[in-house]
Amino acid sequence: MVDKLTDFISRFYVAIIAVFLYAPIAVLIVLSFNKSRSRVVWEGFTLDWYISLIHNRQIQSALMTTLALAFLSAFISLIIGTAAALGISSMKRRSHRTMMVLTNIPMLNADIVTGIALMLWMIQFMPLGFNSVLLSHITFNIPYVILAVLPKVKMMNLSIYNAGRDLGAGPLRAFFMLILPQLKDGMLSGFFMAFTMSMDDFVITYFTKGAGVNTLSTMIYGEIRKGIKPEMYALSTIIFTVVFGVLLVANGNTIGTKERKRGYE
Amino acid sequence: MGNIILELRGISKSFDGKKILDDLTLDIEKNEFVTLLGPSGCGKSTLLRIIGGFVKPDSGQVFFEGQDITLLPPEKRQVHTVFQKYSLFPHMNVSDNIAFGLKLKKKPKEYINEKVRYALHLVNMDGYGDRMTTSLSGGQQQRIAIARAIVNEPKMLLLDEPLGALDLKLRHEMQRELMRIKHEVGITFVYVTHDQEEALTMSDRIVVMNQGIIQQMGTSKSIYDEPQNAFVADFIGDSNIINGIMLKDRLVLIQGIEVECVDEGFDANEPVDVVIRPEDLIIGTKGSGFTNGIVTNLIYKGAYYDISVTAGTHEWSVQSNVPAAVNSEVSLSIDPENIQIMRKPKSSDEEVIDKLG
Ligand SMILES: Nc1ncnc2c1ncn2[C@@H]1O[C@H](COP(=O)(O)OP(=O)(O)OP(=O)(O)O)[C@@H](O)[C@H]1O
Ligand SMILES: [Mg+2]
Repeated sequence: MVDKLTDFISRFYVAIIAVFLYAPIAVLIVLSFNKSRSRVVWEGFTLDWYISLIHNRQIQSALMTTLALAFLSAFISLIIGTAAALGISSMKRRSHRTMMVLTNIPMLNADIVTGIALMLWMIQFMPLGFNSVLLSHITFNIPYVILAVLPKVKMMNLSIYNAGRDLGAGPLRAFFMLILPQLKDGMLSGFFMAFTMSMDDFVITYFTKGAGVNTLSTMIYGEIRKGIKPEMYALSTIIFTVVFGVLLVANGNTIGTKERKRGYE
Repeated sequence: MGNIILELRGISKSFDGKKILDDLTLDIEKNEFVTLLGPSGCGKSTLLRIIGGFVKPDSGQVFFEGQDITLLPPEKRQVHTVFQKYSLFPHMNVSDNIAFGLKLKKKPKEYINEKVRYALHLVNMDGYGDRMTTSLSGGQQQRIAIARAIVNEPKMLLLDEPLGALDLKLRHEMQRELMRIKHEVGITFVYVTHDQEEALTMSDRIVVMNQGIIQQMGTSKSIYDEPQNAFVADFIGDSNIINGIMLKDRLVLIQGIEVECVDEGFDANEPVDVVIRPEDLIIGTKGSGFTNGIVTNLIYKGAYYDISVTAGTHEWSVQSNVPAAVNSEVSLSIDPENIQIMRKPKSSDEEVIDKLG
């Protein structure tokens, strides 16, 4: 009886999420294939908007910028964040807590505050452009990597490191062969999280990009002010699909290892 | 003795201001099976980590085959460790675990495969090469850990309670297995345990430690039969340890009763610890022994009876093949040969003795 009830509630919950979160996106996707420029009338299926997207120089360069930013910022923050997680976990209790608060604040902070602050900071040192956006993305990505890696650091088995040293591996080799593989899952999901966060970002990019540089989101924003074109639906659909795909891979990865582990027990 | 492989010279180590090892000196011979035995926290693992290179002593030196290796990192030592548990690499299968050290040394593939096969055979795990380590039982994991160390042909193997996590039956089986392996590969074993039975059955030499110092070392037999102080006597086997006064050579006063013994060389009226093993006490009819007492408890232990006899203020523990009725009055007698007299220690571990008093 109770089982049935909770079953019903959980189904209901999924349904609500589907309606409120995904229905608008479904509309967007449908409209990206609509022949008509109208937002209400369906006039038949077309790939025109996608094709004109491909031929659009401006969009292509924005796409490249977005991907380069996402990849570079995720990669660099992966290295910094993993090192930070290792450092934080070996700190004494008090400094550990302080560090975690300092790590969490940038994530909770309003993007617009972070964006303006970073902009004001960056212009002291460099012209705003790709580099300043990259540095900003690294800045806000590091906490996500730390959060993903830290639990793995805490679960990590250090006696394995000693066993490796015992069998003839130097400190560096033992670290790369025995410690890093234990953090692999956390690092992977940290990387993907950072990647999507970077792709997702509009506000901070908008403030730190200066003139000339555009990511997809800042470009769409600029275009929309001139009037909404169906190409933008198509572009948004692609972005959504990519982010969705990346998240699926990232989650599938952690779920997969969990199941594999359970299999042994 | 030109045969010494490892020398520990005046090793001291403190953690957080607490002295764990105190000026410890020990020589270990080639091919010896030495067991470090002592209660939890007495510094056995710390000593092993110093030999393995994971901990640097505060003072003192470690010599391996005559060379000072005190500051040498673990990967450069010809010594391998089998840790208590959880030391296999979880992301590698059994073969890759065993091959780890050989691959680091860039040995040819054929050689490695051959060695891995040999090592698996040695620990009775033929055919397990492709299994993941996480799918093995505790005993199997320890076998693989041993194989992984031995395959590198170390000159010395350190084993830190390798059987500690196993159940009794498996532990006995693995003890025999370990002794066979030791016999086959002929390397020096330094073994840590707090299980005295394990130490007595396996070792050539036992080093009994407490509070960071060596209390006694010697063969199993000499440690068991002739404990040098009350700590060792109490720690090894069950013992009756009782205060006595040495009246003169070969005569000791226990609880106001004069008892013959075979020990000489004590001062007249020197206070001593008297150690009597429960299996050496003989129960007889009232009046036939050195003391009379009441049977207060009787437990059947399978091979013998555990009998408590209260005489005066002392409760004697006796092991006997024949039962005695509870509440009956009996006598206790003993062969003078089986009485062990020990000087009261003057050193820091006096408090331990007092607790036993
Ligand atoms: N890295 C360390 N930092 C602080 N204290 C330590 C450290 N290593 C060991 N100790 C302390 O040193 C003492 C001896 O530890 P050790 O592990 O050598 O004992 P042990 O004889 O192996 O005991 P057990 O039989 O329980 O394994 C313990 O009190 C322990 O808390
Ligand atoms: Mg220990």
